[in-house]
Amino acid sequence: MTHVRYMDRIRDYYIAQGYEKPYRWANFEDVPFTPLKKPLSESKITLFSTSDVSVKRPEGEELPPEETTVGDVYSVDWDTPLDRLYSRQESFDRYATNLDDLNSYLPLTRLQEYVESGRIGAITDQFHNVNRGYSQKLMLQTAAPAALEVCQQDEVDVAILTPV
Amino acid sequence: MSLVARHLEENGIPTVIIGAARDIVEHCGVPRFVFTDFPLGSPCGEPFDVAMQQRIVGVALDLLETADAPRITVQMPLVWTKGEAWKDTVFTVEQPFLSGEQIKNWEARKQRYRDQKA
Repeated sequence: MTHVRYMDRIRDYYIAQGYEKPYRWANFEDVPFTPLKKPLSESKITLFSTSDVSVKRPEGEELPPEETTVGDVYSVDWDTPLDRLYSRQESFDRYATNLDDLNSYLPLTRLQEYVESGRIGAITDQFHNVNRGYSQKLMLQTAAPAALEVCQQDEVDVAILTPV
Repeated sequence: MSLVARHLEENGIPTVIIGAARDIVEHCGVPRFVFTDFPLGSPCGEPFDVAMQQRIVGVALDLLETADAPRITVQMPLVWTKGEAWKDTVFTVEQPFLSGEQIKNWEARKQRYRDQKA
């Protein structure tokens, strides 16, 4: 079976719900490209997702503002035990799958394994979350530069991105 | 996320996206894309299927090494174990993508953004 045409499906879905103005998806003619500068076995890799993963907190304790501000990027220690992490993301196909296994959308352990096997050189101390927003302007002017900044701070060679 | 990948790439950092919404990612245009034809939420493999997750991440690493031009999509030759009925029902009126509390949270998120802009 062919893949889902989400742009059409989502447009029809929201029109049926009374939203009049269809979302205009980002579209570019030109696509930038940077080749690898060195072998992966010598490269430091980081990971970004939109899974809104947080460290479990005591009940009633509020999330820090960077985890809820749309367009922000926040970071979590990569070595946080998986059972202390959870995804707050609600925009996924809850009828077909679940977010119970972080590695199915945020491959923290899988990348650690590739470091251990020598396939990749290293991973960063922290992975990152992009607080997705519907505004392309916000993503371009706030989220994207913030993501670049954390990459530059960590002297990252390669970034893997996993939109949920 | 595609916009973030493009920005990193423009600034000298190679990227690969592992995602499940092929049309959206390709419409935007990204350098390297591993497409997993799975429900939204499981781009890196079925939950708790370690071997499958290793394979998908491995293909993303391969693509980083082999791509010599942008707009390359590699489709994982995988089929969702429980079948493909989900493709007919996602984002349909019969199966609301968000409901109840989730809609409230979605609206609250939009309001937060409006407040941020103000």
